[in-house]
Amino acid sequence: MSCITSEAPPPKPKISALDMPDVPMGRLPPHLERQRTRVLCNSDAPTHTESVLSSGAYASMELDNSGLLGHFKDNFEVDVIRLNEDEMEFDMIGIDASVANAFRRILIAEVPTMAIEKVLIANNTSVVQDEVLAHRLGLIPIKVDPRVFDYISENDTPNEKNTIVFKLHVRCTHGRLTVKSDELQWLPHGSGFLVETENPQLIQKSGSKTYTSFGRSQAEMSDFESNPIGPKHEDIIIAKLGTGQEIELEAHAVKGMGKTHAKWSPVATAWYRMLPEVELLEDVEDVLAEELKQKCPVKVFDIEDTLEGKKKAFVANPRACTLCRECIRGEEWQKRVALRRVKDHFIFTIESTGALPPEVLFTEAVKILEDKCERVLSELS
Amino acid sequence: KILVGWEMEHGSINDVKSGTFSLADEDHTLANSIRFTLNQDPRVTLCGYSIPHPTDAKVNIRVQTTGDPAKEVFKDALQDLIFMCGHVRETFDEAVDKCRKSNSGNAMDITP
Repeated sequence: MSCITSEAPPPKPKISALDMPDVPMGRLPPHLERQRTRVLCNSDAPTHTESVLSSGAYASMELDNSGLLGHFKDNFEVDVIRLNEDEMEFDMIGIDASVANAFRRILIAEVPTMAIEKVLIANNTSVVQDEVLAHRLGLIPIKVDPRVFDYISENDTPNEKNTIVFKLHVRCTHGRLTVKSDELQWLPHGSGFLVETENPQLIQKSGSKTYTSFGRSQAEMSDFESNPIGPKHEDIIIAKLGTGQEIELEAHAVKGMGKTHAKWSPVATAWYRMLPEVELLEDVEDVLAEELKQKCPVKVFDIEDTLEGKKKAFVANPRACTLCRECIRGEEWQKRVALRRVKDHFIFTIESTGALPPEVLFTEAVKILEDKCERVLSELS
Repeated sequence: KILVGWEMEHGSINDVKSGTFSLADEDHTLANSIRFTLNQDPRVTLCGYSIPHPTDAKVNIRVQTTGDPAKEVFKDALQDLIFMCGHVRETFDEAVDKCRKSNSGNAMDITP
């Protein structure tokens, strides 16, 4: 066969194997996007729970996963759902689980509060032992802003800036007496108990000393005049007395963190959950729709009437889903309903014990995380 | 080894690209958040943290980079985390204000 020599054929344009027209460059295909942003809650175990952090994870698709700070700033949102004096629920969207967890941990353990630590018992003839009584007093939440006070260490003298003194003196004359937390009286001038010394000359010289040295009355500090310091709830039962029994004690409250003892934790608890996402993979109609609606204990599904007169199920309230997985019990249902959670949408709930309102607590927690970073930075430089 | 206050950096003097930072008095709270911000940095090839013993409050953070000194990359990650926290605070305060304003119209129990 004769070769027809002509010019060399025009060079074929080099097409990279990765340059596929139906794969969108710079964006992830939907199934990968789902893997990256959703936890798939299957009936046996959740999958894709870890967040894809690495900046080069999707480099082959030319997608920069580095989540540069500008990106964070544009996408981050907070929505407050409920805000009371004692609790709040809000949504944080666009943040990673590690930082949300850091806030939760700090709220529980590292935001300081005031709680009773030392109890000086002058007289306790009740059936409640001294140490049990002291333990109970420590757990009573005190309604005072801890930011006004300083920490106290072993060698410091208790003064008006680091101690709050309460007095409890109850005596039961007849019958049964329930001692409630409203019996705790705040002493703004400090301790009333005198320190015993064996040296009477010392008392003559410098006057009798009490267990605290308050320079001035605490009532002058801040706005304690209008808002006296006291327990948050007036009806906490401390002890019960029978006829002739008496309790006389003085309690000193100091500043501390939940890390040391749970009595200093400012939250009853703080928790978060990820936003659930429920999707119906097929049309669920008529009898099946009714069944689906009945299955869900929190009414996630509801039924609407379609144009053809049939009843179709739809997802009415995915936020209420508790992931009980009742709707995916059974082989056929797993094909119809997909249960997922959005990895960067957190529904935070904070229940405060009363020292600080919940929104202030959260702000303090964020400040504490910032302070930790600053501390490490200052030591590195 | 360079001992700086509560923090120790383990690494070779010749190889600045990688290092282990041993922070005292820290736990998962800070370490996991820093690990997240470190991962976001494209200069980082490896980062992780470990807690040698649960009763000691010490955490080791390992950073390996593509060429920049590990210490600088670590410091940048800390700055990024500080920036994130500041932005979280701002956004949160705005959202709380918005919630209060919209509820002051209705009679809900809100503390001013």
